[in-house]
Amino acid sequence: MSNPRFPKVVKTESKPSNFCPGCGYGIILKVLGEVIDEMEIAPRTVFGIDIGCNLLAWDYFNLDTAQTHHGRVTPMISGYKMSQKDSVVIGIAGDGGLYAIGLQSFIHTAHRNEPVTVIGVNNSVYAMTGGQAAPTTFDHEITDTTPDGKFTSKKPIFGPEMLTEFADDKAFLARGSVNNIPVLKSYFKKAIETQLAGNFSFVEVISYCPTNWKTNAEATIDFSKKLESIYKTGIISGK
Amino acid sequence: MAGKKTNNIVTKQLLTGNEVALKGALLAGANFFAGYPITPTTEILSGWAKVAAKDPKLKFLQMEDETASGFAVIGALLAGKKAWTATAGMGHVLMQDPLALAESYRLPFVMYVGQRGGPSTGTVIYSQQELTLARYGGNGEGLRIVYAPANVGELYHYMQKAFDTAWKYRFPVIVLGDGYLSKTQTTVDLSEKVDVVKSSPYFLNGKIKNMRNCFSTEDQLVDHLGFMFKEFAEASEEIVESESFRTADSEIVIFAWGSVGYAAKVAVVNLRNKKVKVGLFRPITMRPFDTKAAIKAVKKAKYIVIAESSAGHFGRIVRETLAQATDATYIRLYKPAEGITTEDIEEKILEVANV
Repeated sequence: MSNPRFPKVVKTESKPSNFCPGCGYGIILKVLGEVIDEMEIAPRTVFGIDIGCNLLAWDYFNLDTAQTHHGRVTPMISGYKMSQKDSVVIGIAGDGGLYAIGLQSFIHTAHRNEPVTVIGVNNSVYAMTGGQAAPTTFDHEITDTTPDGKFTSKKPIFGPEMLTEFADDKAFLARGSVNNIPVLKSYFKKAIETQLAGNFSFVEVISYCPTNWKTNAEATIDFSKKLESIYKTGIISGK
Repeated sequence: MAGKKTNNIVTKQLLTGNEVALKGALLAGANFFAGYPITPTTEILSGWAKVAAKDPKLKFLQMEDETASGFAVIGALLAGKKAWTATAGMGHVLMQDPLALAESYRLPFVMYVGQRGGPSTGTVIYSQQELTLARYGGNGEGLRIVYAPANVGELYHYMQKAFDTAWKYRFPVIVLGDGYLSKTQTTVDLSEKVDVVKSSPYFLNGKIKNMRNCFSTEDQLVDHLGFMFKEFAEASEEIVESESFRTADSEIVIFAWGSVGYAAKVAVVNLRNKKVKVGLFRPITMRPFDTKAAIKAVKKAKYIVIAESSAGHFGRIVRETLAQATDATYIRLYKPAEGITTEDIEEKILEVANV
């Protein structure tokens, strides 16, 4: 069996990956790497990461990368992009980073129509801290801080849908899933093209967290399908 | 104001501290500002917006809060912009989050702070209560430089110098003023230009950097800290500044800083005319602290009068610094969140001198 092929932009000397077995981040980052390769943008791309599991990607790519603080990746990449117009900036954060602690920055980045690309990973929990409830935790979901499914909200936060209130008409807002790689890849590509055209773009990705979901492989897929039934995938806004 | 003209610039102008901070930063090459309105420094934000509206080289972001402003500044610094911000009070608290990252990444983050009375929203003119925050705010070891100009003229100098120090040594620099300094309107000589080093990008410069502030083991962080402590100590030798005024023969030495330091200096001049042997030690860098000069200044001292618009932020530094150096008696002139006038200081010194 041959070794799996990795995108050129992946920093192979940083392997093995720091993510838990079965984590969705490996898929998301690999797909993103493929898009960066295909668009040939690596020499001008800057990668921003937040706090949470995504910080484990600090040396994942052969790209200038800066990790920031909780929820602050959006203002950092906005400041960078404004200063270096020809760059491509991609920020990644979790559902906590974007929809809780960094929500106001997330909204205002879209509201100002900053020409940046944001990827938000929705696994319905705060994963790095051990599976506490997130703004995406669904009704009756059991987490570290919602024992017996208590203290959940009936209506979780729907990130891309929410942004339709704030984002420019030319912005690109979509939700993909690690279960559908070709579509996810097309969204990443469209998001970066939107940035290059001078507009804000955001892709939420439904992802796996078997460690905190406490699921085996089969149950992990089932859990992600349940998330997909709550959070509809597709293009929410933009062409 | 009439003022003389050189190179078509009127060198003497009637300006507020906020206007002078803005002019100093521009002269130093500042080209990016992100901020959030807060009294008493809002005019720096709005002033920058006005100049940036006319000059496409000057970038401007009005952010959703101070935390975001600080992180936008960090993004701009990574791109090599001479980026800065201005804030006060609760905004200064929020800025500690990005400032901690700037320390860890060794970013030349420049920030003007106009202290205001606290706790909470308090008042907006007199305060020296943000000293500890400026020196040691954030979850770390306070690896930043803090300049404290005493008057608007000095503000012009140190606002320029802040950019030079920041980019030369790659530590964050705070210029710590107060509402009084920000809002005072006075005649300022704008002829001085400080030499300021060039900036350069951290990113997209041909050498890929993977920057992180989250370490996997204690050993990695201890190495990182050890390196930074060493560099901070070496830089401190060159950065540290203070003023010792008429201290050589002084039996009474006033310790004061910032706006209060200026009032104290005038008091010393007045009291010397009355043959009172009084002097002033005024730190200009609040961090690092000029320990050697402070110790030298109290050689003949029988009384050390600490004057500050706080209940001991500065006093604690002074007593710690001088702990082994003097047997002098400490007199406290603490007026938290109130101004301290030359008259207040003279009255206190005469009281001490007539003991």
